[in-house]
Formats: sequence, structure tokens, C-alpha cells
Amino acid sequence: MFRNQYDTDVTTWSPAGRLFQVEYAMEAVKQGSAAIGLRSKTHVVLASVNKANSELSSHQKKIFKVDDHIGVAIAGLTADGRVLSRYMRSECINYSYSYESKLPVGRLVVQLADKAQVCTQRSWKRPYGVGLLVGGLDESGAHLYYNCPSGNYFEYQAFAMGSRSQAAKTYMERKFETFTESSRENLIKDALFALRETLQGEKLTSSICTVAVVGVDESFHILDKETVQALINEFEIAGEEAPANEAAPQDQGGDAQAGAADQGPTDQGVAPMDI
Amino acid sequence: MLDSEVPATSKNSSVISEADSQRTLYPYVTGTSVVGIKYKDGILMAADMGGSYGSTLRYKGVERMKPVGKHSLIGASGELSDFQEILRYLDELMLYDNLWDNGNSLGPKEVHNYLTRVMYNRRNQFNPLWNSLVLGGVKNGQKYLGTVNMIGVHYEDNHVATGFGNHLARPILRDEWHENLSFEDGVKLLEKCMRVLLYRDRSAVNKLQATNITEEGVTISQPYALKTSWNLAAFKNPTVGAEGSW
Repeated sequence: MFRNQYDTDVTTWSPAGRLFQVEYAMEAVKQGSAAIGLRSKTHVVLASVNKANSELSSHQKKIFKVDDHIGVAIAGLTADGRVLSRYMRSECINYSYSYESKLPVGRLVVQLADKAQVCTQRSWKRPYGVGLLVGGLDESGAHLYYNCPSGNYFEYQAFAMGSRSQAAKTYMERKFETFTESSRENLIKDALFALRETLQGEKLTSSICTVAVVGVDESFHILDKETVQALINEFEIAGEEAPANEAAPQDQGGDAQAGAADQGPTDQGVAPMDI
Repeated sequence: MLDSEVPATSKNSSVISEADSQRTLYPYVTGTSVVGIKYKDGILMAADMGGSYGSTLRYKGVERMKPVGKHSLIGASGELSDFQEILRYLDELMLYDNLWDNGNSLGPKEVHNYLTRVMYNRRNQFNPLWNSLVLGGVKNGQKYLGTVNMIGVHYEDNHVATGFGNHLARPILRDEWHENLSFEDGVKLLEKCMRVLLYRDRSAVNKLQATNITEEGVTISQPYALKTSWNLAAFKNPTVGAEGSW
């Protein structure tokens, strides 16, 4: 995207009917490190790549527990993500206080989306620069939603966001039909495989990723390093074998197909939120 | 809420201070007991149709039980105008629940909890909704029966009652209620309770409704009367054991 005379305010339309500030906010999501989510009928798995600023610093926290039945993974401006996570936690706990039951995921994401929309229509605000992958369970089953800075939200079987997320999307597009009936373990393994795709050949270890699970009879929680490393070892040691007996590339070689661009829309003329 | 610019003249002033007109001090038109029980397919609830004005049995066609949304039923005793206010709150609650237009809906547990928060909040403001409520319902096969009153006391049980029902009906239910009552047995049990209330509660009237809520929905019966028998020896000579009494 190039600078133009309509991109200064969020409240200025371009002649083509675009709000450039909102699109720039969506760019911020693409620059963040990768986060993915997938769901089956009974579980939702969220996973993210954790890059630290330097060897001396700790990793950026990208996955947050919102309630026992809901968790969120973020990509983009993590400070905005933190603030929105706090809002989500607040909404969940207030609902529980009034109704003594869990806030349905579908309602939470609508509230989030409406909050994001407000920032696209006030001259004194800016859009949130963070994409949220909300995973949770309620009485109508397991859900995975993606909320973007534009105020739109969609439900997904599987989704990836952040830098080099296209590689993960490609992997998941091939395998998503198996996810609904997938077991919990296979779902987590698929998440790790998809995450590995975004690393472009770098070795996947539990120190650079975070994995979280929520399911029927299983509260949202982040898996500890040992568990994750054990799962990674399981499928790396398996070598060519992927969980669904699909040939997987050697991890040193990486995935050559992952070069597909995931930076910005391929079609410059179409506003991303129109898709 | 309690302080006002107009000072009360004295502690025992017969003039109601301006502040007091802003909050409920006593009830005016009241309904008496409501009794509810769980049975095999759902919840059964009974209440008479009386609205008393102090000691006068003024209104005899008052419906004190109403459905709430798809899954719940509310029965009220106490101030009837406050019950109507509560119905308005619940109507608004259900409206917003439906506006979300997604697969989820508020069940009896959620409605009961919401009402508890409302009642307790009003109690804290010294401006109570002068009611005792029975909230029952079925959702996804789960039966729910609870009660909440004007001070915010709330609990769930297999059988609940308000007012005099607590003293006269609950003991009968404690002895005779059991799991998986059939519909007919449940109605018979409720009628036994309502008959005792009719004999002994001076604000009871002999015109009652029984309502039933199951997974399928709510049915409110047409008003009917219970058969009473005043031929009992105890009623014939009520003062036989207490000379000088009347």
C-alpha cells in the first residue's frame, strides 16, 4: 500500500470507498508473529510463536485465558491485545455474576466486534491494531472466531494470522476436513505442524512456542513446556510420518512452499475487509 | 436515597417525609402463597388467584404465575404491582436475549440468578420489590426450581413455597414428595397443599390455577376450585377444648 491523501484520519473515506486507517491497522496484525487456532467438535487449540526481543528478555505473552471456557490468542500490537483481553475477562465475569452461567462465546465476540467498530467511527480514536483468535466452548459446541481491527468477525474451523501465516493456512487448508472428528491429541499435533510451517525451516522447540487447549470437561489452560516438547519430539522423531500418515518435509529443510507471500493482499485493488 | 432537604418533624411524625415517598414502605395489594414442586417431566406450580387489599379479599381474578421466555415460569406472592414491574424487567431481559439472534438462550438458572441480583440490589437501597418469587423451568432436560424473596434470600430445592406455604405446605411435601412423581400424583400433592392453605390461610381464595412446565413448554390451567369439607369434628365445635375461646 502506498501513502495517499485519504489516509490521515480514520474518519476519512477514500473515493473508492475505503478507510485506509482501518486497513493499515489490519497490516499491523500481519506484522505480528504467527498465531493459529483450530477446532474439533469438542476441543479448540490455540498456538503461537513466541519471539523474544533479545536473548536476555522474556517472551511476549500472546495467549490469554479469558475464562474457564474461553481463551484468546493475539497478533499485532500486543498492548492493544492485553487491554482487549482485560475487557473480555471483565465481560465474562460480569455475566457469570448476574446469570451464574458462562458467557456464550458468540456473544462475547459480537461485543468485541462492536467495540472495535466504535474505533473506526470516531475522529479522536484509532482502530485497535490487534487480531484476536477467540476459542471457546458453550452450550452450542466448540467455537473459533477471528476478530479483526475493522470490527468484523468470522467463525472458523481453523485460522492463522501474523507473519508467514500463509504457510500455516496452506497446511490447514489441506487438512481441515479431518479436524471436526479429530481427537484432542491429533488436534494439538496438527496445531504444532501448522505452527512449524510458519518458522521457515527454523527448528520448532517448546521454548519458542505456546500451545493452549480448551475442551468439554477441560478448562482453558496453557500447556507446559515439557508437555509441548514431548509432543514435538513425538512427531519429529516420527520423521516423514505426519499424524494422518501424510509425508512431511524434513524439519531442517523446512517447507519450500512456504515462500508464498502473506504480507498484504495480493490484489492491491480490493479492500481486505471486503473479502 | 434516605436523606432529604425536608427535615422530618419528629421520630413519630404522622407526616410521611418526602424521602419516604420515594421508596416502598409497605405492600398494598398482595397475593398469598405459591407452591412449586419438581416432578418426572418438569415443574408443577400452584397459586390461587386472590389479590388482597389488607384484610379485604378485593380481587379474585389475579394471575400470579407467568411464563418467562421458552424455558421458565415465575410465580409471585406479595405486592402485585411489584410483580408487574418484575415482569417488565423480565420482558426486557428476554427481548435482549432474543436480539442476539444466536443459538443461546437464558434458562431458568440464569433468570433466577438475575432476579436474585435485582431483589438484593433493591434491598440494599432500602427500596425493595415486596415479593417472594418462585422460579421454575426445564432446559436441555435439566429441571430447575428456585425461590428468591424481597431481601435477596435465594435457594433451589425439589419443592419450594412462599409465605404461608413455607409453614403449611413444605412439611407435607417433605413427607410426601419423592423423585419421579407422575403428573397426576404431582397435581394431587399440590392440591393437598393448596387445600390446607385454603382452610388455614385467611388470605387464600378458592379459585386457583396449576401450571406445568416441561421441555415442550408451559401450560397454565383454567381457574378451578377445590372441594372443601367443613364437617370435620374440629370445625363443628371449635371451642370444645378451649372454654371461653371463639
